[in-house]
Amino acid sequence: MAQNTNTWFREKILLGMTPRDYIISNFNVPNLIAAVIVGLGVAVMIYRLFFGLGPSTNLSDTYPWGLWIGFDVLVGIALAAPGLALGTAVHLFGMKEYHHFVRPAILSSLLGYIFAVFALMFDLGRYYRIPYLIGWSWGFSSILFLIGWHFFLYINICLIEWAPALFEWLNLRKLREFFSKLAIWATIFGVIIAGGHQSALGGLYLVAPAKLHPLWYSILLPVFFLLSAIFAGIGMVIVESSITHKIFKRQLKDFNEAEYNRLVIGLGKGAASALFIYFILKLFDLAHSNTWGYLNTPYGYWYLVEILGFVLLPAILFTHSARKEKPKLVQFSGFLTAFGVILNRLNVSIIAYNWYLPTSQKYYPLWSEIALSIGVVGMLVLAYRFIVNRMAIMHEHPDYESVH
Amino acid sequence: MGISRRDFFKRTATIAGTSLLGSGAIAHAYEKGGPSIFSKGNTANRKNWKQWEERKKAPAPEEPYSVLIDTTRCIGCRRCEWACNEWNKNPNKPIKEFEASVNQKKSVFDNVRRTHAGTFTVVNRYISSKDRNPIYVKKQCMQCEDPGCLSACFVEAFKKTAEGSVLYNPSVCIGCRYCMIACPFDIPAYEYYEVLNPQVTKCTMCYDRITKEGGVPACVEICLAETLRFGKRSELINLAHERIINNPGKYVDHVYGEHEVGGASWLYLSSVPFDEIGLRTDIGTTPIPKASNGFLFAVKMFEIVGAWPLVFGAYYAISKARNKHKPSHDTSSEKKGEGHGAKH
Repeated sequence: MAQNTNTWFREKILLGMTPRDYIISNFNVPNLIAAVIVGLGVAVMIYRLFFGLGPSTNLSDTYPWGLWIGFDVLVGIALAAPGLALGTAVHLFGMKEYHHFVRPAILSSLLGYIFAVFALMFDLGRYYRIPYLIGWSWGFSSILFLIGWHFFLYINICLIEWAPALFEWLNLRKLREFFSKLAIWATIFGVIIAGGHQSALGGLYLVAPAKLHPLWYSILLPVFFLLSAIFAGIGMVIVESSITHKIFKRQLKDFNEAEYNRLVIGLGKGAASALFIYFILKLFDLAHSNTWGYLNTPYGYWYLVEILGFVLLPAILFTHSARKEKPKLVQFSGFLTAFGVILNRLNVSIIAYNWYLPTSQKYYPLWSEIALSIGVVGMLVLAYRFIVNRMAIMHEHPDYESVH
Repeated sequence: MGISRRDFFKRTATIAGTSLLGSGAIAHAYEKGGPSIFSKGNTANRKNWKQWEERKKAPAPEEPYSVLIDTTRCIGCRRCEWACNEWNKNPNKPIKEFEASVNQKKSVFDNVRRTHAGTFTVVNRYISSKDRNPIYVKKQCMQCEDPGCLSACFVEAFKKTAEGSVLYNPSVCIGCRYCMIACPFDIPAYEYYEVLNPQVTKCTMCYDRITKEGGVPACVEICLAETLRFGKRSELINLAHERIINNPGKYVDHVYGEHEVGGASWLYLSSVPFDEIGLRTDIGTTPIPKASNGFLFAVKMFEIVGAWPLVFGAYYAISKARNKHKPSHDTSSEKKGEGHGAKH
């Protein structure tokens, strides 16, 4: 019996190697760097748990939310939108040729949400009370309540969508079939739920009209957050696939480069449309709230950098690369788009928040806040790699027929 | 006594103010946060919440209460700060040290202060644009009629009582600090240095005092200059407008707090525009919860009404896919249909 579990562990977890070989095979420079990053992050987590938020962050009464909300949650959830973007495209719009992208997208959404919530636990003063939100005390008038519930539901939805890959790996055919049947329903509810909370994250700042800079504050904030989550999702699919197709190349036996490039360009077209709609809405918003005057101020220049450099520019580049069929340029624009969304979320949550305060009073993150955030990203990447190396994410499982 | 205590304070305050002016305008320098940011173990929250739970059955007052602050009368003695700390068991110092600030060359007044974990109220000094005299302005929770913090809280830890107080229940709070984002007056503070049980802290308009017969907030009771006045909200609004009418030119024709973000329980009178004395005039008269209500309604409508077409559309897509596969692979039609949801 002991022998049996031992082989199972070796097959499934150690990729068929002995523990010794496994450790040796993982002893290399990238893994050492990852270990340092994650180790530092864990050290900060322990420090925060034992000494509290005060010593471990630069948060103050004027800046109750810092990097752990702005980056880990707002950026993290926006970049975890691939599941929403591709789930919708493939399952609702029937764009079946993209089904190869769906499993990696679902996995990145699942891990993105899990690690965003994990990081959030360190920001909450009383993290151990988080179940109160689900079953004890309901604040129906709060947008955060909506978000909390939607995160909870969406993680479950992602788990259902990911379950077929898990059960293929565990070789549990019955369970795999069961969850495959559930998957389309999960996707539909996933679209509703993800749309709801992506917009609600922007809605969070609706209650701070006097604190957020007029160029960023808008009654359309939820719409902006939803739209930008869509192009962030597509951008991340492009970024991730360009990285994973390099790293996990040996897993892709019948990889057709021309076909892949055609699909990447198609993704670029989708992102370009979302970016253009977003850009036009931003212009309407400027005109409606009549905040043109702020454009000729330092905050205005910063706003223009965001809107022109990371919305209009990638939109034009996507369009151009689609017409000239340049997949490399699509990948670059994907990076640009994702970076632009990071910039936007940090602008709303930190930089343009309390904009009227003198620079000396502004919030900037403490090193430990950055270390924890990077540590969580490191954990996410390692978890992603761990799963991709073991489960049928990048390729089809040889024992299970493709159903498309 | 040829000179009353109040006059003495007023005169010295004026001297201090004018000498300050000569040394440059430092009144608008902000303070990074005093020692009270380290405060923890607040007991006032629990005490007030318990009081509210016990009083639930008691008859509510027919009208909410208010405090009117006439900033033209304040002498900057800071005794209200002392009394507040004393009553709410916040870290405190001897009352003499509070009273001394107004005469010191270097004092807490050099910075504009805000509320912190162990400070529910602060008095700030501004220089009048009219006569260059100092104006002292007390700051504390405004006890909004329709509070932003209350609507922002995702576990319903806040309560607006019939007396007018906005109370906080520390036993459900998760510590997300969204209430602090939502407060247009930047009032709620957080016990960042408490490791396991941090609380949001703020003024409650002394709920545990005003619910007693004849009780007034601690700050109001100790005020010598008659700056603070406690009473029924409507009566105080009338009184404030009377003062404006009866003293032409003395006041700005506006009662701050009457309509700001839908109205508040604390009301201010001033001789200069309110934004010159640290009270924001750009927050509008719409209650903060109204800013998020519309969106919440839209999401609910979308999720309840908009969900159904999606669900039926998907069902239609599945059955169509099933039928399409039937003629070619009659043996595996069922498998095809159910496998539709899988990724490969």
